[in-house]
Amino acid sequence: MLKLTNIRKVFNEGTVNEKVALDGVSLTVEDGDFATIIGSNGAGKSTLFNCICGSFYVDEGSVYLDEKEITYMPEYRRAVEIGRLFQDPMKGTAPHMTIEENLALAYLRVAKSRNSVFSRIGNKDREKFREKLSLLNMGLEDRMKQPVGLLSGGQRQALTLLMATLIPPKVLLLDEHTAALDPGTADKVIALTKRIVEENHLACLMITHNMHSALELGNRTLMMDAGKIILDISGEERAGLTVDGLLEKFSVGTGKALDNDRILFSKIEGK
Amino acid sequence: MESLLSLPVIISALELGFIYALVALALFLSYSILNIADLSTDGCFTLGCAVGAQVAIMGHPILALFAAMAAGVCSGYIMAFLQTKLGVESILAGIIVNTGLYTVNLAVMGFSSNLSLFKCDTVYSLCKDWFGSTWYKLIVSIVIVVVACVIIAWFLGTRIGLSIRATGDNPDMVRASSINPGFTITVGLCISGSLTALSGCLIGQYQKTCDINLGTGMVTIALASLIIGETLIGKSSVFRRILGVIVGSCLYRFAIAIALRLHIPAECLKLVSAVIVAIAIASPYLKKQIAFQKKRLAAASARKGGSRTC
Repeated sequence: MLKLTNIRKVFNEGTVNEKVALDGVSLTVEDGDFATIIGSNGAGKSTLFNCICGSFYVDEGSVYLDEKEITYMPEYRRAVEIGRLFQDPMKGTAPHMTIEENLALAYLRVAKSRNSVFSRIGNKDREKFREKLSLLNMGLEDRMKQPVGLLSGGQRQALTLLMATLIPPKVLLLDEHTAALDPGTADKVIALTKRIVEENHLACLMITHNMHSALELGNRTLMMDAGKIILDISGEERAGLTVDGLLEKFSVGTGKALDNDRILFSKIEGK
Repeated sequence: MESLLSLPVIISALELGFIYALVALALFLSYSILNIADLSTDGCFTLGCAVGAQVAIMGHPILALFAAMAAGVCSGYIMAFLQTKLGVESILAGIIVNTGLYTVNLAVMGFSSNLSLFKCDTVYSLCKDWFGSTWYKLIVSIVIVVVACVIIAWFLGTRIGLSIRATGDNPDMVRASSINPGFTITVGLCISGSLTALSGCLIGQYQKTCDINLGTGMVTIALASLIIGETLIGKSSVFRRILGVIVGSCLYRFAIAIALRLHIPAECLKLVSAVIVAIAIASPYLKKQIAFQKKRLAAASARKGGSRTC
């Protein structure tokens, strides 16, 4: 379970470029929850992920993972429990290392005993990697000795997804991970995502710009604007919602935000 | 060619090539793999030589190798500490450590600018009886370097080695896969420092002398060897890359040996080195440019030919 309480994050505080990226966000994601997040550019979606991962620390508020506070835990230690995929397929894999070497790195999450630090990739590992890779249906199991840099964007993203979930994390964060892929590959990666999340009963957050998948995938939809979660729907309310309905709610939401901007401007002018 | 390269010249070039290959191997770790420009190499090399010389003078030439390596680890650790804990840029950290090491080296040498090893045993003199007087230096150098290379090649295949490689390859991914980049950088630089210092120690015992300015320009020479190797042998696998490091280092020594045989005065040697380094670093780019120009000219002439027939 992932819990955020009253998260606030401000960039360039005290300068003209001050930007309140997250403004009092509270959110609880239970295990097995698969929530999609929509919102316009600059709404704070990626900032939210960065705060959960620890790419930077929050200004106010706390982050909890299974009742354990991780607000000031460094990013690499959180990564043991939190898997993340970026929009850019190049970010999740090391291009000059082979497929099996990349997969071996993903296993480091559970390398708890001291000896395993010096262990090498064995035949048992290779068999396991081969089995997992064959699930992707991309023929990667026969190319394990090739550098990852030779793979296409879609293949790399599928591999990243596999690496992030090879040892199932508690939370999986997907930052528009199919946006840079062609429609066919994107469908494949989405199907894979769905299966992995269901099989491992993960808490999953997925940012998307695709309204259809925002409603179809998962069991919950969040809408963000100006650093706030303005809509959080699940269950029957969500099941009955169409894309048009969602768009309407979106414009209602951003309409409110616009008012806020005006208030802000008038305050500055007033001074 | 025969008069240019006699057997003794070839042997001494190979001896030096193998010993200096360790510095190139150190730079392979820090520069090629971790993507860090380690400018402390010069000072670290002298540090290894000085520490090794002092221990050898005390009568422990083999222990000297390990003492030098330990000193190198310390130097690498300080370099990593500055970068990962104090947020100093890698190039600046290298310059700072290098500057500081000058005083440290002088202190190790008892505040004299050179030490002589003529009266004491070295790893070379210990093995002289076993291998015969022509080959012993080369054999000792080859054995030590091959052992070091095998260990490094093995190490880079372990989990910790893989995470060091990933740190230089994709820092974003490393953080997201629960590896502490600060830790991998520290381990990498410590190993790199120990290799540099080992090389310095071997050179000291080989030349039977240690000089405070021994390491000057070492980073450029090692870089040249590294790039010559990468250009000729390629960088497809870790094994090939390490082989390339040795080949590059030996070829560089041959180039210097030939320059000396052509009666280029010793004062001009630094300039010769600089030219070799520049050529070595520029050659991959020039190769690409020449191929491109050829293609362009061929395309231009084909177009001309085509328009005539039309």
